[in-house]
Amino acid sequence: MSDIEAAIREHHPALITYLTAGDPSLEDTKAYVEALDRGGADLIELGLPFSEPIAEGPTIQAAINRALDAGTTPAGFFELVDDLETEAPLLVMTYYNMILQYGDEPDVRPFVERAAEAGLSGIIVPDLPAEESDPLRAACDDHGLDLVFIVAPTTEGERLERIMSQASGFVYVQARLGTTGARADVSNATHDSLTRLEEYDVSEPCSDGVPKAVGFGVSEGDHAAEIIEAGADGVIVGSALIDIVAESDDPVADLEAKAEELKRGAIRGADGGTDADPIDAPEPEQP
Amino acid sequence: MSTSDHDHRRDRDSEATFGEYGGQYVPEALMPAVQELEDAYERYVLENEDGFMDEFRERMRDFGGRPTPLQRAERLSERYDREIYLKREDLVHGGAHKLNNALGQVLLAKYMGKERIIAETGAGQHGTATAMAAAHLDMPCEIYMGRTDINRQRPNVYRMRMNGTEVNPVTAGSGTLKEAINETMRDWATTVETTHYVIGSVVGPHPFPKLVRDFQAVIGQEAREQIRERAGRLPDSVVACAGGGSNTMGTFHAFVPDDEVDLYAVEAGGSSLEIDEENALAPNSATLSTGTDGVLHGAMTKLLQSEDGQIMESHSVSAGLDYAGVGPELSHLVDIGRVTPASVDDEAALNGFHRLSNLEGIIPALESSHALGYLEEQHEELGDLVVVNVSGRGDKDLETVLEETENRDLEAAPDVEVFGQ
Repeated sequence: MSDIEAAIREHHPALITYLTAGDPSLEDTKAYVEALDRGGADLIELGLPFSEPIAEGPTIQAAINRALDAGTTPAGFFELVDDLETEAPLLVMTYYNMILQYGDEPDVRPFVERAAEAGLSGIIVPDLPAEESDPLRAACDDHGLDLVFIVAPTTEGERLERIMSQASGFVYVQARLGTTGARADVSNATHDSLTRLEEYDVSEPCSDGVPKAVGFGVSEGDHAAEIIEAGADGVIVGSALIDIVAESDDPVADLEAKAEELKRGAIRGADGGTDADPIDAPEPEQP
Repeated sequence: MSTSDHDHRRDRDSEATFGEYGGQYVPEALMPAVQELEDAYERYVLENEDGFMDEFRERMRDFGGRPTPLQRAERLSERYDREIYLKREDLVHGGAHKLNNALGQVLLAKYMGKERIIAETGAGQHGTATAMAAAHLDMPCEIYMGRTDINRQRPNVYRMRMNGTEVNPVTAGSGTLKEAINETMRDWATTVETTHYVIGSVVGPHPFPKLVRDFQAVIGQEAREQIRERAGRLPDSVVACAGGGSNTMGTFHAFVPDDEVDLYAVEAGGSSLEIDEENALAPNSATLSTGTDGVLHGAMTKLLQSEDGQIMESHSVSAGLDYAGVGPELSHLVDIGRVTPASVDDEAALNGFHRLSNLEGIIPALESSHALGYLEEQHEELGDLVVVNVSGRGDKDLETVLEETENRDLEAAPDVEVFGQ
C-alpha cells in the first residue's frame, strides 16, 4: 500500500488540502503547509504553477499568477519540498508541460526522479487523461509514486471502470462540472456530490479498491461532513484555502483553524454515517 | 485516408497523432466530449453519414460563396518576373477562410444535437465567422476575446454582435488569443454536455486538428484544380501564412503528396526572432521556426516556451497570428521536411499589405500580408509558378495598419498622414 493510501486509511475520513507553491512566496508556502499539517490535513497537494491552468477557476489562477510573478520555478519548488517536514504525505499537482520540460529534453522521467528524491508521494495532472498517461504512469511506478486520476461527472461506462482499475493512492472525484473554486452554496455542492457518489458506488468507506476523495467547491466543515456522510473517504479543499492566503491578516493561524474546522466536519460526517464505522477501516499494511 | 474501414477502430496512435505530435491532453471532464466529437467526425465528415458533407458543401456554395477564384496577379507577376497566382479566400463570405471551418463545425454541432456554440477569437475573424454560421444555422453563440484584441479589432466585435452573438472580454494575461482559449476551455468544462466548442484553428485535442483541416482542405483542393486548369501544371511552390495554421493546412493539405511542390509556412517574425528569456517574452509568433516541443491547449506540438515550460507571451502586428502554439500536423510536416517554416517581420508584413493594395487593388489581411512579405523577400527561391493564399481581407486591420504605418518609414506605404488626427 502506498504512503498516500495508507494515510487515508489510517486517518479516515481524510482531509486533503491544496495550496499553490510560491503564493505569495516559497517561504510563506512552507509556513502555510506546516500550519495545515498541524491543523489536521492528512494529505497536502502542492501546486507547481503553470502559466495556462485551463482546469482552474479564477481563485487558483490568481494564486498561480502571484506565484509566477514571485519567480517560482520547478527548481525552487523542489527545494521547498526538500525542506518540508510534515506528517502528511505531499503530492504535486501540475500541468503536463511542466513535467515534460523538467530536464534537458521533453521527457517525464527527470521530473519524477526529482519528485521522488524530494520525498513527494504522488502526482496529479489535471490535463493528462488516462489515455495519455502511460509514460508518466511507468515512471511513477518505477519510483514508487502514485499517479492520482480525476473522475469527472461526465466520466461513465468503460472509461470510468478503466480509470478506477488504474488508479492508485486515491481517486479524485470531481464533484461538479467546471473549474476549481470555492462555493458558498452548501446545498448545491452537497447535492452534486451525493449524486456523484451514488454513481461511483462508494457507499462503504474505502470500498471497491482505492479510496475516493471528493473535491471542487468544498469550502466549509459542513460540506465536508455531508460529503463524508455520503460515503467518501476524503474531502479535497483548495480554493477556500487560497482565499485565506490572499485575504487573511494572519494566514498561518487562519489556515490551521480552517484545517481544524474541515477535519472536524469530516469526522462529524463519518460519525453520522449510516453504513459503516470508519474506525473499522483496515490497518495500513507494513511496507 | 480510407473511409471504408470505419468498422475497425484504427490504432489510436496513428489516429490521434501526427508523428509524435497531437494527442488529447485535456481535463478528464472534457474527454467524453472529445471522444463524442471523434465519433461524429468519423461518421459525418469522413463517411458523409446523413449527407452531412453534401449539406456542408451546398451551404458553403450558396451561403459561403465557394469556390473562390484563383487569380493571376498581373503586376506582381511582372514585378517578380514569374507567374504569381492568388487564392482569393478574402472573397469567402465574411472576408476570410475562417467560414469554411466555422460553418462546418456549427453544422456538425447541430447534427450532434448540441444546443449552444462557444468559440474564442484573436483577430476576430474566427469569431465573426462563427457568429455568422451560428446565426445562419439558428444556434445561440458566445465568443471569448482578449481585451487587447477587442481594442485592436473593433469592426469584428461589432459584426459579431450584429449577428446576435455575445462577446465576452478576457482580461487575464496580455488579453490575447492564448488567454481567450483558456477561458473558452473553462466555459466548455462547465457546459460540455450541451455545448460545442468551435476551435478556430488546426490546434487543440484530437480530433480538432484533423476536423478543422478537413473543413479547410477545400482551399487547396480548389487551388490545385484551378492552377492545373490555368497553367497546365502544378505550381513550383505554395505560400501561406501560419499562426495556428488553419489556412496553412487547408492550403497545403491537397499538395502534401505532390513532392515536386514546395510548401512555405510564413510565420510572424514580429520585431525580432530573439527570445527575451528574462521577461518570458517572444517578440514574435514564429513557433515553427523557433519553438520547442511541449503540450499546450490539448496537444503536443511546437511552442514558444521558457526552459521551465512556461508559455511565453508572443507578439505580432497581426492579432490573427499572435499565438504561442501551432497545429500539431504542421509541426510534424516541418520535422519531416515536407513544409519549410519561414518568417518575416512586422515591417515586411506591413509593406506586403501596402504593396498588394497598391499594385493589385486587393487589401489583404495582415495575416496574409506576411505571405506577401515573404514573396517579396524570397521570390527568387520560389520557382516560376507560385500560388499565394490570400487568407482574408484587410478591412478589419485598417486602424492597426494606419497606426503602425505612421510610426515607420515604409517604402511601399502611401502617404497616410491625411488619415491622421
